[in-house]
Amino acid sequence: MATDYSDILSRLCFHLKQFSSPDVVIAPETDLINELAIDSVKLLNLVMEIEDEFDISVPLNALADVQTVHDLANLIHHIKSAKQ
Amino acid sequence: MSLLDKLDAVAAARKALLPEGLDVFGMPIEEVYSATEARVGDRRILFLGTNNYLGLTFAPECLKAAHEALDKEGTGTTGSRMANGSYSGHRALEREFAEFYHCHSGIVFTTGYQANLAMISGLAGAGDVVLIDGDSHASIYDGCRLSGAEIIRFRHNDVADMEKRLRRLGERSQSTLIVAEGIYSMLGDQAPLAEIVRVKNAYNSILLLDEAHSLGVLGKTGQGLVEETGLIDGVDFITGTFSKSLGSIGGYCVSNHPQLDQLRYISRPYIFTASPSPATIASARAALKLLRDGTELRRQLWQNSRQLYARLDALGYQLGPQPGPVIANILDSPQQALMLWKGLLDHGIYVNLILPPAAPEGKALVRCSVSAAHTSEQMDHVGNVFAELRKSIFQ
Repeated sequence: MATDYSDILSRLCFHLKQFSSPDVVIAPETDLINELAIDSVKLLNLVMEIEDEFDISVPLNALADVQTVHDLANLIHHIKSAKQ
Repeated sequence: MSLLDKLDAVAAARKALLPEGLDVFGMPIEEVYSATEARVGDRRILFLGTNNYLGLTFAPECLKAAHEALDKEGTGTTGSRMANGSYSGHRALEREFAEFYHCHSGIVFTTGYQANLAMISGLAGAGDVVLIDGDSHASIYDGCRLSGAEIIRFRHNDVADMEKRLRRLGERSQSTLIVAEGIYSMLGDQAPLAEIVRVKNAYNSILLLDEAHSLGVLGKTGQGLVEETGLIDGVDFITGTFSKSLGSIGGYCVSNHPQLDQLRYISRPYIFTASPSPATIASARAALKLLRDGTELRRQLWQNSRQLYARLDALGYQLGPQPGPVIANILDSPQQALMLWKGLLDHGIYVNLILPPAAPEGKALVRCSVSAAHTSEQMDHVGNVFAELRKSIFQ
């Protein structure tokens, strides 16, 4: 059974908390770079954590179209669903 | 944002970080006196930030060979290896590299950067995977991008992490190229090659090892980490550069896979670049002989490296995890790194400054590169300056 998108979103938001100040509210439309200040290096490290959390491979090439939390959750959902 | 606005943003970021009038990056060198000394402005400086590990840039044998090639074959080949750029020297150097590594064949490239670009993009393509260490050199990242293969990173020098990622790939691990480096340029640490080879064999992947910083430095004859560990048969492709221990510019790849030769026909960085100049090739050939016979140079290099590493360690500087010619001082902030870098320069010592995002884990580095041509007294002097600067930087 494919992992539920909302479950992915909630687990992803939990991880993103580590990369932002406590008062920042993380929502699907939150911009990773402009609002969470996740630069290119942080994003690469975040990807490794996501791979471990969801037991998937996330090619760096796939990040080109990722701008918001929703984009990232959607990518994880897509990879996770394709694997199952 | 327009194309030019983006460059203005880069300029603003640089201005915010770096002091006005200080050429931190691209320092103008006015005159070069030797492998270890030069003039910057009106100041004589000690080079401690070059990659001239064996100090061969002024070796008489290399100078003589380069002069002769220049007179005999001209200033440049003006053509690609694919076209008119494969002179007898280029072909001879390929044979000599293959013999040096006891490998089936070798290819010479115009730069080390290009060697990685050519090899990675030639070996892997769309649908394949390249699995790289998180601290990989930019040439490896760029080669991956050019290849169109999926790029997966593993945590630096963490073989368990690498294996976990191979496992997730399932059968695709068989079309996966793993890339590691003999000595990593940022922290100066060595790859855990035995473990990497074991895992690579278990998953039927292909392994490319970049010996850019380890050629001439590790192993009895200077082959690099493959010789130091006795694991040359476990590595599929070895790349490297002429621009460090060989004191020239260029790149190479050697392999026992006969398919290596086919890269000449499909690898765009190989095909669409002019070949190295005859003088460059001639000096690299002379330097390779000196490198192979350079037991005494390696002994001196390691003595200098251990001396400086031990001194800086004793002073309390946070260093890379193991001694070697690349000695990275890890600073918590770019400002601290800049102070240390500037302080060293004011004392006539040139080192490399590495700021985020180039430095790993968001830190900043002041990186020393030791040479066999340095003297023990110079290492002592450098240690004394580091000791003096420590008081002001960490007060």
